Amino acid sequence: MASIWEYANPLKFMRTTDWLLPVVALAAVIVTATGLIWGFFFTPDDFRQGATVKIVFLHVPAAMMAINAWVMMLVASLVWLIRRHHVSALAAKAAAPVGLIMTLIGLITGAVWGQPMWGTWWAWDPRLTSFLILFLFYLGYLALWAAIDDPDTGADLTAVLCLVGTVFAVLSRYAAIFWNQGLHQGASLSVAPGTRMDWAYKAPLYVSMTGFGLIFLALVLAGTRTEIRARRMKALVARERMA
Amino acid sequence: MGLRVTGVSVARGGVPLLDGVSFALEPGRALVLRGPNGCGKTTLLRVVAGLQPALAGEIDCAPDAIAYAAHADGIKATLSVAENLGFWAAIYGTSGAVAALSRMNLRALAARPAQNLSAGQKRRLGLARLLVTGRPIWVLDEPTVSLDTESVALFADVVRAHLAQGGMALMATHIDLGLPEATLLDLRPNKARLPEPGAGGFDEAFL
Amino acid sequence: MIALLTRDLRLALRAGGGFGLGLAFFLILAVLVPLGVGPETQTLARIAPGILWVGALLACLLSLDRIFALDFEDGSLDLLATAPVPLEAVVSIKALAHWITTGLPLVLVSPVLGLLLFLPGESYGWLIVSLLVGTPALSVIGTFGAALTVGLKRGGLLLSLLVLPMYVPTLVFGAEVVSRGAQGLSIGTPLALLAGITAGAVALLPFASALVLRINLR
Repeated sequence: MASIWEYANPLKFMRTTDWLLPVVALAAVIVTATGLIWGFFFTPDDFRQGATVKIVFLHVPAAMMAINAWVMMLVASLVWLIRRHHVSALAAKAAAPVGLIMTLIGLITGAVWGQPMWGTWWAWDPRLTSFLILFLFYLGYLALWAAIDDPDTGADLTAVLCLVGTVFAVLSRYAAIFWNQGLHQGASLSVAPGTRMDWAYKAPLYVSMTGFGLIFLALVLAGTRTEIRARRMKALVARERMA
Repeated sequence: MGLRVTGVSVARGGVPLLDGVSFALEPGRALVLRGPNGCGKTTLLRVVAGLQPALAGEIDCAPDAIAYAAHADGIKATLSVAENLGFWAAIYGTSGAVAALSRMNLRALAARPAQNLSAGQKRRLGLARLLVTGRPIWVLDEPTVSLDTESVALFADVVRAHLAQGGMALMATHIDLGLPEATLLDLRPNKARLPEPGAGGFDEAFL
Repeated sequence: MIALLTRDLRLALRAGGGFGLGLAFFLILAVLVPLGVGPETQTLARIAPGILWVGALLACLLSLDRIFALDFEDGSLDLLATAPVPLEAVVSIKALAHWITTGLPLVLVSPVLGLLLFLPGESYGWLIVSLLVGTPALSVIGTFGAALTVGLKRGGLLLSLLVLPMYVPTLVFGAEVVSRGAQGLSIGTPLALLAGITAGAVALLPFASALVLRINLR
């Protein structure tokens, strides 16, 4: 009887996150702080890039979460369209601003990193370009949510937009690669053998990535709770008006 | 085959309006919905027309049997009266546009752009569309708005002729159409009540 | 279906239909760019493919919100949704009508504007081909955006925000075809990709558009 769909019940969700949210939030703070402090102060300087390289501990986790947030919105939208669980739609809505901010952090830290390395704040490189396009998709998604009054209509329309947008975001990614081969270095982490990064960097980077994942989870849980309460409030107002 | 509505509940903007509406419409009969403004007549008609899902209940009728006419007539201002009606005749694949024009007393206006029509003439053009659909069940939302007494009588005649051919009509209207054979259905007893708090529905936190 | 197409075309051509506005916009853009960039033949020739494609894209965008908004306001959309025509077909026909009144004229006048921007002679053919292949995708994607925003009051600006990011792949491959053509390079790959995007959009997006239209009408 322990089906995960039970947590799609708003009441059950609220009761569970009552204790889960503080735990996740605390873990997020501890893990992220550990990762960043370890990364910033207890790793050697790179022989070529010096201390500048340490922004990687912000840049890579943020960029990763920017994409993961969209993937999570995609899954949540599908769950809403197929199973009609309100919590799922509200979780997708709550994830969007977090993803937007993560994209922004990725872009800004990238610019700060790129200035000393490439000698420019911005380059029309495929990775940078597709991140900028992802940023625009987040903006459009949020703007559509903001424009619609009826919550169910909003959930339906944004879910379809998320699905269609995903296809076009992926297409844009390949179009950008085709368009300009770029100067961004390859992926910082790679599962292939012969990776370029030493464990002295990798370990704190993994910790930092876990921390960002936990931050994302905590923010989405908090956001979803807010959205559930907002809907509850709307429902109560409607009830009042009917009585 | 007629139209059978069983235990239908409808909502607008997430707020339940009507609960457990049931009625049946046999060929040759008309049903008039009554109820105060905002009680959910329009929403119920949209549900019957298939534009909106019902919260609960069943609607049985033959497929492609319903012709729906709303508050707005869907008239294009820059097209002539004949062009407007001809378009709908083509969409429904019927050929009765000319007959429908004369039936609704619009023959003389056929070549006039629809923007030059009066409100009542536009309404008559909107109702003429029903004649070209060739469909048996008419679902009409306030069909007599902006019609004068003479046009109301004309409209009642058209509905009566439609019923005589085995057609059906489901209407929401406030005025007396002069259709004594129509059944009245008062929707006030069907006003939706919200579930008691704590009743334990799956999404109960939302209502 | 043909009745719907002829009605939409007739409405676009009659007074207040907005036919030609997109074209005029395209022309103004081709006049403004040299005024802003300077009259050097070399510079203009280099940026001409991109300017013409961006111009076509923006000109398309201008008329998107008319696709459904007028039919929504006067109630025709409700009536069409209850008519014996599948909504997917209605959406496709609307996109086709939009392309005939906006995309096709852009394709036809683009060589003239290429002349204004000193587009290299060998790429005129590719300009027409790429616009001919690419603009249907712009209309179909735009129809999806219009269906998403049909019930909204301030829909126009939101529509641009939703649709423009989705135009990126079409723009990239379309402009690439023309600039490669201008440099005498092979254009096979970008043209195939452009055609692929158009084919995919025309085949699949009407279903999404009809779905969101139903949601908006409810």
